[in-house]
Amino acid sequence: MTSLRFDPTDDPGPDFAGLLRKAGLEPPVPNGDVSASLDIPHGTTCVSLRYADGVVIAGDRRATSGNIISHRSIQKVFAADRHSGVAIAGAAGPAIEMVKLFQLQLEHYEKVEGSSLSLDGKANQLSQMLRNNLPMAMQGMAVVPIFAGYDFAADKGRLFQFDVTGGRYEELDYTATGSGSLHAGTVIKISFIDEMDRDQAVNLAIEALFQAADSDSATGLPDLIRGVYPVVATITADGFDRVEDAELEDKTRHLIDKFTNRGGRDGGNSLSTDGGPQA
Amino acid sequence: MSQPFYVAPEQVMKDRADYARKGIARGRSLIGGTYADGVVICAENTSNTLRKVSEIYDRIGFAGVGKYNEFDQLRIAGIRHADLKGFNYSRADVDARSLANQYANMLGQVFTHEMKPMEVEILVAEIDEEEAARDQLFQVLYDGSVTDHTDYVVLGGDSDAIRERLAAKWKPGAALSAVLQLLVSSLAGEERQLEAADLEVAVLERGDHRRCFRRIEGDELSGLL
Repeated sequence: MTSLRFDPTDDPGPDFAGLLRKAGLEPPVPNGDVSASLDIPHGTTCVSLRYADGVVIAGDRRATSGNIISHRSIQKVFAADRHSGVAIAGAAGPAIEMVKLFQLQLEHYEKVEGSSLSLDGKANQLSQMLRNNLPMAMQGMAVVPIFAGYDFAADKGRLFQFDVTGGRYEELDYTATGSGSLHAGTVIKISFIDEMDRDQAVNLAIEALFQAADSDSATGLPDLIRGVYPVVATITADGFDRVEDAELEDKTRHLIDKFTNRGGRDGGNSLSTDGGPQA
Repeated sequence: MSQPFYVAPEQVMKDRADYARKGIARGRSLIGGTYADGVVICAENTSNTLRKVSEIYDRIGFAGVGKYNEFDQLRIAGIRHADLKGFNYSRADVDARSLANQYANMLGQVFTHEMKPMEVEILVAEIDEEEAARDQLFQVLYDGSVTDHTDYVVLGGDSDAIRERLAAKWKPGAALSAVLQLLVSSLAGEERQLEAADLEVAVLERGDHRRCFRRIEGDELSGLL
């Protein structure tokens, strides 16, 4: 630990990533395109949307390596700290490592400084981590997260979308990432209404992931046989709260019943509901 | 070239120890004690922003008396040590004993090799997830000597008198409010009365949460007192 005291001009302060660099623990950047030569697992679709009390953040449970389903119950949605969450799509290894580092960074800052970062500060941190990951992204190990949290300064939920270069874009109502993001985003776009309640928002997130899985092979459907449901969490002034599997099962069965009763049995393409989020 | 005067090593060490003790005695004291659900640390501190007690890791807390900038450096080094260890291995592998030993090394090194010893005394407290009997309080002195306690520990200049007052009334495994009231009256002594505003109080509390450290402030503190 003697080496963890630094000269004032050389001190990493509350920056955990900076500390890792000083301790020589930064991972090396590989040479050549890793994803072309190795089938590393990729995580896919995540969504986030704003509702009356905050935000809902959700992701499916599938990871794929090329054509193979490599994991059926991978977790892509994580609490970043008490009042924010992060969802990731992209190369699973570096993505989960990035989340771990991000969680630690927020906690490390909070402990060293004695106060937590602002929501913008947290989003900016994630942005910088992505920019540092750019060499890895160029080797085929891209990570594209969503960051959502409750902002006490603005008294509302806020959500941010990112790109591999560290670009950070705040979205007003909803955002989606990963291979099924186009389908999932469209479902939310059509059904989104302002100031939804919790049930409506959670149902809409489940439906968006369901529709994405129905059209995108890399996104997993809720698995009623194995009891594997998407990870869905709400983030409000009370904190990050993961929705229980029992509730998700209930809501998923309800959604499937709706689809079954309204056609789709005749071999057509549509899975229609009456439009608009269900209460 | 003139030869430096010979000074016996005993004298050097004694001078350094006296110097450190004098520095520590200038500050106000603090007490760490176990209660039914964990550990409570109570410091006499009129500042609301310059903290003596703080969080190191999930189940580990830190407190220091003496020179603020010196124990604050130690606090940050401890957080770094714990966070790096948890990152490299697992959160379960971070423990107070190894942290206290690291502190002891660091303070011992400074005491013998540097111009001036650190004028600090620190407390590293850890609670066990389940068993109150396994809660631990490590006290590390300015010269690197470590002692471990299971009931309570008093740090700071006036520690002997405070310890005497505390020992007379100590009952292990009491509720938070009872322990806290005893700690406060022991800190204050006969002639003084300490108010909530003069105190900095934090607990490491057993429960379902990962991070056990919590500050007790404002109305909650007044209520407990």
